[in-house]
Formats: sequence, C-alpha cells, structure tokens
Amino acid sequence: MTPLDAPDLSDLLTLPPYGLAAAEKLACLGRILDELTHFHRAHCPAYRRMLEVLGGGAPDESGLAAIPFLPVRLFKDMELLSVERDQVVKTLTSSGTSGQAVSRIFLDRATAALQSKVLARLMGDLLGQQRHPMLVIDTPSVLKDRAAFSARGAGILGFSLFGRDVTYALDDTMQLDLPRIEAFLEKHREAPTLFVFGFTFMVWRHLVQPLAALGRRLPLERGVLLHGGGWKKLADAAVAPAAFRSALADHCGLQRVVDYYGMVEQTGSIYLACERGHLHAPIFSDILIRDPRDFAVLPAGRSGLIEVLSVLPQSYPGHALLTEDLGTLLGEDDCLCGRLGRYFSVERRAPRAEPRGCSDTYAAPA
Amino acid sequence: MPRPPEPARADPIPELPLEQLAGGPLATLERRPLRPYAPEALAFLGALSRTLLASPACRSHPDVVAFAYWCRPAHLARLAEAFVDGQQRLGRGLTLHVAPANVPINFAFSMAFGLLAGNPNLVRVPESLPVQAALVCRAIAELFDDPAHGRVASMNRLMRYPRDDAITLALSAQCQARVLWGGDQTIAHLRAMPVPARCVELSFADRYSLCLLDAVAVGETDDAALAALAEAFFRDAYLLDQNACSSPHLVLWHGSDTEAQAAQARFWPALATCVSNRYALSAVHAVDKLATTCRMAVDLPEIQGCIRHTNSIYRLPLATLPADVAAHRGSHGLFLEHATKDLDSLGEIVSARYQTLTTFGIDREALAGRLQALGLAGIDRIVPVGSALDIGVIWDGHDVVRTLSRIIALQ
Repeated sequence: MTPLDAPDLSDLLTLPPYGLAAAEKLACLGRILDELTHFHRAHCPAYRRMLEVLGGGAPDESGLAAIPFLPVRLFKDMELLSVERDQVVKTLTSSGTSGQAVSRIFLDRATAALQSKVLARLMGDLLGQQRHPMLVIDTPSVLKDRAAFSARGAGILGFSLFGRDVTYALDDTMQLDLPRIEAFLEKHREAPTLFVFGFTFMVWRHLVQPLAALGRRLPLERGVLLHGGGWKKLADAAVAPAAFRSALADHCGLQRVVDYYGMVEQTGSIYLACERGHLHAPIFSDILIRDPRDFAVLPAGRSGLIEVLSVLPQSYPGHALLTEDLGTLLGEDDCLCGRLGRYFSVERRAPRAEPRGCSDTYAAPA
Repeated sequence: MPRPPEPARADPIPELPLEQLAGGPLATLERRPLRPYAPEALAFLGALSRTLLASPACRSHPDVVAFAYWCRPAHLARLAEAFVDGQQRLGRGLTLHVAPANVPINFAFSMAFGLLAGNPNLVRVPESLPVQAALVCRAIAELFDDPAHGRVASMNRLMRYPRDDAITLALSAQCQARVLWGGDQTIAHLRAMPVPARCVELSFADRYSLCLLDAVAVGETDDAALAALAEAFFRDAYLLDQNACSSPHLVLWHGSDTEAQAAQARFWPALATCVSNRYALSAVHAVDKLATTCRMAVDLPEIQGCIRHTNSIYRLPLATLPADVAAHRGSHGLFLEHATKDLDSLGEIVSARYQTLTTFGIDREALAGRLQALGLAGIDRIVPVGSALDIGVIWDGHDVVRTLSRIIALQ
C-alpha cells in the first residue's frame, strides 16, 4: 500500500462482527488504523499540520493508544476532509437546530458504502438476516422538513434499511398515533419479530409517558427496541436506565431493549448493548478510556473520556476521536454474553459540554 | 432612535419587570449625587468589607475576598487621598452599570466605582447570578436595611433581568452616566441604545493581555521566589480560566533563545506543580484545550509544536510573532510563547485591543517610556505578574472615578 490508498477492509467484512479476540483484533485494527493515519496525513493538509504540532503519542504508549486522536468537536469548527470536494457524495451533520454548532462529516462513495456494509453486519447480528416490520418512535415530518433534516432524520433513514413496512408511531404534532400503531400491529400479527426504533428521549417522552398518562398498554412483546442518542435528557428528567426498561416492559411488554452508542462522526461502526446491558465494540471499531488529567489510557474500571476508533472514516480524518462523553471500560473478551472484544458503559456527557447527540435536536416543549 | 431628554431630579424611574436583589422600589430611588469619596460611601463600603470578610461562605471565594480587601477602609482612605486634586467635584447623577457575565464579582467593583464617584447606581448583575455574586448581593441587601446606611441604600439598586432591550432602553433614558462591560458585540448593541445628551459613557469591551518575563531574572530566582512567581502567574491566568480580559494568553520571554530555554525549564514545571495542586480542570475543558491547539496549529503556521505539562498547561512556542496573535486565545491554561531580545517588537503586535502587560524582572517605568515612544495604540496597564486581575479605579486607561464625577470649576 502507498499512502495514496485507503486500507482494504474486505477481509474484515467477512468476519463475524464480535469474532476477534484481543490479540488478533489489535493486530488487525492497529494495522488498519495506522494506515488510516498515514492516509489522512497524506491527503488532509490540516490533519497533517495538527499532527506536526501535537507530535506523536506519548512515548510510553503503544497499540491503539499510540494512534493520534483528534477531539470530536473539531468537526464542528472546521471542515476536515481527505478527498477532493467533487468526490463528496454526502455530508452528514450532527444537528439541524439553529444556534448550536454543527458537525459536518464529508463522505465519499467508498466511505458511505463502508458505513452501510458495516451497519448491515451489526444489524444482522441483532435482528437476523430477515427484515422485520418496523415501527419508528418518531414523526414522519422529521424527514419532510429539509431545513431541519439532521442526524435524527439520518439515523431513522439509516436504520429503516433494516426494517420493512416502516411505520411512524407519532403524528406531525408529536402525538402518539394509536390508530396507526394498532393497524400496524394488526397487519403484522403473524410476524415473529417487530423492529422498533427511536431515540431514547423520544421513546420516553412520546411513547412511555403518553401511554402511562392514558393508562394504555401496547402489545409489543415481539418487539426489539433499538434506541440511542444518549441518556442526558433522561438523566435530567431523573429517569434511570433501569426505570426506562421496566416502564417499557410495563407499558409495551417490550423485553428486548437494546441501547446503542454512536455518533455521526463515526456513522456505521456503532456500539450495541448486549443482553447484559454492556456496550460492545465490534471488530470494526474500538474504544479507549482516557484520563481527563493527562489523556493517559485508563485500565478497566476507571471512568474517563471515551475515545472511539473506527476503520470506516476514509474520506475524513475521523478514525480516532476523543469524545466529551465519560465512560468506563468494563472488560475485554470476557462478557458473559459471549461476544469478544471490549465492552463498556457510558455514564454521561462530561458536564458543561455543548449539547450534542441526536436526541437533542428536538427541543421538547416545556 | 431619538435621544431622551435630560432627566430631572424629581423624575421617578418607571417600575420595570426586573428582579430586585438589593434596594427598595425603583420609584423611590434617590437621584441626588454625593461628593466623590463621601463619608457615607466610605462607611458603607468599609462595612461591606467587614461583612464579607467575616463570612466563612464569602472567604472561600478568592474573588470575593479580593473585593472585600479592596474596599477595606485603609485602602479606600489611600484612594481618597490620591484623589484630592483641589477641584470641587460632585457625582454626575444616576449611573447605569451593565456587568459582564463571565467575571462574577465585576458588578461589585463597578458599583463601588460609581459610589466612590458620588453617584446613585442601577447595577445589572449577571443573570446567571454566580454564587459569588449572590453572596455579595445578599451582604449589600442586609447592609441596606441598616438605618446607618440609609443614604447609600436610598440611591443604589442591584437588579437582575434577562437580556431585555426594553428594560435597558428605559433605564438608559434615565441615566447621566453609563458603564458597560462585555464583549465587543454586547457593547455595540448596548451603546446603540440612546442616553441623554449629557450622559457620559465608559465602555469596557473585549481586551487582550500578555505576560513579559525576563529570562535571566527567572533563571536566577531562588526556588522560593520561583514558586511565588508561579503562584502569582497562576492567579492571573487560572483563577478565571484565562477568560478575564487581563489574563495572559501570550508569554514573551525577554532574552536570547538559550536564556529563555533555561528559564522555561524552571518556570513551567513550577507552574505545573501549582496548577496540579490548586486547579480542577474539567474533562470538557481538557478536550477544549486539545481542540484549540488543533485549530491554532492550522491557523498559525508560526507554531512550532506543543509542549504539555499533563493537561494542566499547554504551551505553543512561536517561531516568530504573528501580527494577529491577539486573535488566537487559549483558555484554562493554554499559552503561546516566544523569546525576543528586542522589546520594540511589541510595536509589531500591539493594537488598541491590548490591555494588561504583566511583567517579572522588567523595569516597568522604562518599558512604559518605550511604549510611549513607540506611540502604541494599546496596553493600558503594566503591572507585576500576580496583579493582572487587580481591578482598580484606573482601568482600561480611564480614571473611572474622575470620569464618573464632574468638576464645578471655580475662579
């Protein structure tokens, strides 16, 4: 490979998404991420200049820790890309609301395709190869209004590829559309599995709370709920994850509730929670926990800033990003769920960070 | 917008939808000014100083303590003595103060300046009401209840209201002096609100500050003096997260590269010790520093690298001084640095935006003479390292108390 080529991921795409043990994964991921560093250094002058000033990683660091990382918020301040502009087929933004700084992520055809392939691998692991009837806990208008089109809309569209007969549970005024949901359930009464998707806060605010207020119960026992976008707003509303899950069981009979952690800056290689509630790094991505005091890598059990590493970003230098989220590495290769790789928890956004995340794009009425 | 007429002594201030933190209804405000350094004002500020220093809650905030020390009777007596210039003076009249959001205690100084000048004051405190501001407001409100401070209480109001142009317009129409603090945009916005023709205005807009250290002097200090210097620099830079106008963003070393390197090898580790003992850097600000460094790396080709003392200090050495260096600021402990033998090179960077130059091992009077000879548009203060945040009656190049009072000329 010359620095002019992006790394080849075809081997990785054939492996089971949680099938590499630590040593193998490090060898494989480390090589690809190193290649990405060289590639972006060669193709993105701003990235090259940043590395020149920041220098390499600390001398005592090795493996993934030695890969230079950028703060994820930099994509809000700067346009960083490693391809010519005419190669950009899609620009992802983190948020469509005004006033807030917005990340802009530039995708070329190859990176966009890789994101879709990897997300398909991960969703296949979650839902099987079949596409199930899909209920989206959101309003269809989130897609209609181009001006407000945001990560929320992009997330819904992205995950909709893995469902069929996509039905929106909320009307244009964000009210629960019970007749439509009932018709959906009736139509698919034979389906063994229903795929339910929504952003965490929307699920709470616009599904659980209205059902509780109405004293209604929806028969979603067959559902797999995938939700993401962070717990910040629920934490603000003093709702703990356990309360969230038990409310969903009470009001919807939902037993399989799967949280995911991901961000627009590394679309595709998301972290899905297992049956034990642990977020897992698939073979396409990994995490490190860094000490806010010196950015040294912390061992399992210590809370710190989450760094996310992904093999997917080829058109922009986003393969190693320091987030403003606090999390804890729980272990590696030994989760009782059987998945290999690192698993972790996300505590919260570091305090006083700019509001970020998909579910923050809708300002809930007071 | 039309200019409002000159307010008359008897004009009542209209009642407005604002939250009053100290003082009675606006309609009862006493508009008659006092003489500068009037006994009533001195007695009140002295009492305030004692109240704050006696309160354990206040004593845990260095900025509240600094204000309390500033208005202790002995210090005010010295200021009063220095003020005497043989002129007959009187406060100008009702003074509106709009305090900045990012420096919690600034409103109290602004009010004290107005009071020392002899004026009735309407003070808008930061809407977020930081804990320090709340403590001082409460102390003031309590003193206002004491009949001994009736005259001062009758002529001063502390208030809080959201960014509401209607309120600021109504108050501006009533004032004979206006004191504005804030970013350039805020100042421009507020100044567009008309005041009566005779109203004087002091605007304290966004400023930039730097530090000048003599490399040989730093190299030669003993360990105790070095620790004191580090402690002093820490106060200037870290106490307000480098967000104060007078906090340094650029550290200039006076000396050769070799001398500077020797001095840096002593100074920065001493500061790092001080910061790690005394400063709680939040996780998000650690990330901010990294992000700022990345942006600056791209914006300033003069940056040669990044030296980190854990995340406590980020140093970005500059090969040469960019003319627009003041446009690139750090926060929470991020500094550009450069060594120069020729202090006249200040002439190439200093603009009207430059406010405070803190120094160590430099003859400040001689330096002031050089800056005057160069005819620089900026630098209003040359003070020792450690005094950057010491706000005073001479600020931003203004004699604030003299400006807020008027002279009755006698012949």
